[in-house]
Amino acid sequence: MRSFSVLLRLGLFTVIFMATYSTNEFKNGLKLLLDGNPCSITENVLVKPGKGQAFNRVKMKNLKTGRTIEKTYKSGESVEAADVEDIDVEFLYGDGELYHFMQPTSFEQYAASEAAMADAVKWVKGQEACTMTLWNGEPLVVTPPNFVELTITETDPGLKGDTAQGGTKPATLETGAVVKVPLFIEIGEVLKIDTRSGEYVSRVKE
Amino acid sequence: MTTQKWQSVASLEVMQKRARMLQSIRAFFAERDVLEVDTPSISAAAVTDRHIESFATTMQAQMFYLHTSPEYPMKRLLASAYPSIYQICKVYRREEQSIYHNPEFSMLEWYRLGFDYKQLMQEVSTLLAMLSAESLLKTQIQTVSYQQAFLQTVDIDPLNTSVENCRACCSRLQIEIPQGMAGDNLDEWLDWILTQAVAPAFNKNGFTVLYDYPASQCALASISADGRVAERFEIFYGELELANGFNELTDGAEQRKRFESDNKKRQLAGLDAMPVDENFLQALEAGFPKCAGVAIGLDRLLMVLTGKSTISEVLAFPFDRA
Repeated sequence: MRSFSVLLRLGLFTVIFMATYSTNEFKNGLKLLLDGNPCSITENVLVKPGKGQAFNRVKMKNLKTGRTIEKTYKSGESVEAADVEDIDVEFLYGDGELYHFMQPTSFEQYAASEAAMADAVKWVKGQEACTMTLWNGEPLVVTPPNFVELTITETDPGLKGDTAQGGTKPATLETGAVVKVPLFIEIGEVLKIDTRSGEYVSRVKE
Repeated sequence: MTTQKWQSVASLEVMQKRARMLQSIRAFFAERDVLEVDTPSISAAAVTDRHIESFATTMQAQMFYLHTSPEYPMKRLLASAYPSIYQICKVYRREEQSIYHNPEFSMLEWYRLGFDYKQLMQEVSTLLAMLSAESLLKTQIQTVSYQQAFLQTVDIDPLNTSVENCRACCSRLQIEIPQGMAGDNLDEWLDWILTQAVAPAFNKNGFTVLYDYPASQCALASISADGRVAERFEIFYGELELANGFNELTDGAEQRKRFESDNKKRQLAGLDAMPVDENFLQALEAGFPKCAGVAIGLDRLLMVLTGKSTISEVLAFPFDRA
């Protein structure tokens, strides 16, 4: 599929080329076009009687809305591929409306909308290496690094001596995100956060 | 960090149970004078079934295929005046991977001379009851015909229905209709309804023997005298398919027709026609005894006996760690 789009860019082909995937190529992360929406496969279950027709029960995430869709295909069917690619980018800055990124190898810049940023907004302040999913060349989804390091700007005072006991309190990070932290954490400390769960992992020693 | 994949995911306890299961099976057949055999797993011929894909390889510029069941060579032995025989072996099926499928899996296959499929259903039930008892698994075995099962659970008669009835049945029961269903292939609609509504209604903690399949789903089974059903059965635990057996077709000419018809269906579906097993056809033509045969997926059976819900948990190394 990729080699074809290169040829298209070179102008060697003027025909409209529609790439498709067969159900036996289905795997997690494969990008399909469903009713005009780019979707990513999150689960693919084979229903296969020993001597009969096989079926693929597929769960997909609509990359525009984040909604999960379930659909079943008779095995052997072809489904249109979404012209989607993942690129590595570095976050530059937000201008209040758009979020600007740069591809470090080509220096090409991309501007992502708030919808494309979604939760990523909570975890980036600048210079983070993110993954950007492009659809027809436009930013569709921005995925922050799995772990980020951010400074606490606000939280209740730390409790002395309570370094091991359980119990949590909310803390506001420099990006404005609020996470639950142990009681002994104080303002100004740098924390390691898992962006997939939004959870505190550890303190970062300066 | 990449996950390390060198270790086995199955517990030692499960592997010990696998070894005991194999011992018990061998003892079961020794007691009944059924001979253990070992036949090749690579052949220049391959299965023609439209829904089964063989792994292929080449040697000296010729194509060879890994067997998807030991059926053809075992039947050649029967045609050479062997007694009742069984085999425990690995079989290979391309494109089959899921929580219930591994592309290579263990199969127990046996043939009983002079048995009809109903007697064989009895013998399989006896074996399953014995293995369940040894694993302290309390279970029941129910027997129901394909027709009864459909009538009871979805209120359609599979031997006398149409694609339109099946479509209406799916709508009525709110079963999703897969993309790509053909308007002229009743069997794929029956397969779909079987997996989505009929099998899910089987006893969840017991075995179900489903017998007398529609004649159009005969595979290598003989057809009943009235022409309505294939003399074929399958065994499920809950909705998990474990075994497939039948009264073996003994007519070489009819078998050749079915292979050719399979290959036509494959080509219509955009698949390659497969080289038919001429040795097997000649064996049938030379004279083949009346018998019944069955194949059981041993990994799935071990899942049942150990209460595991995925096939990976009962394999030393599942496909992604192979």
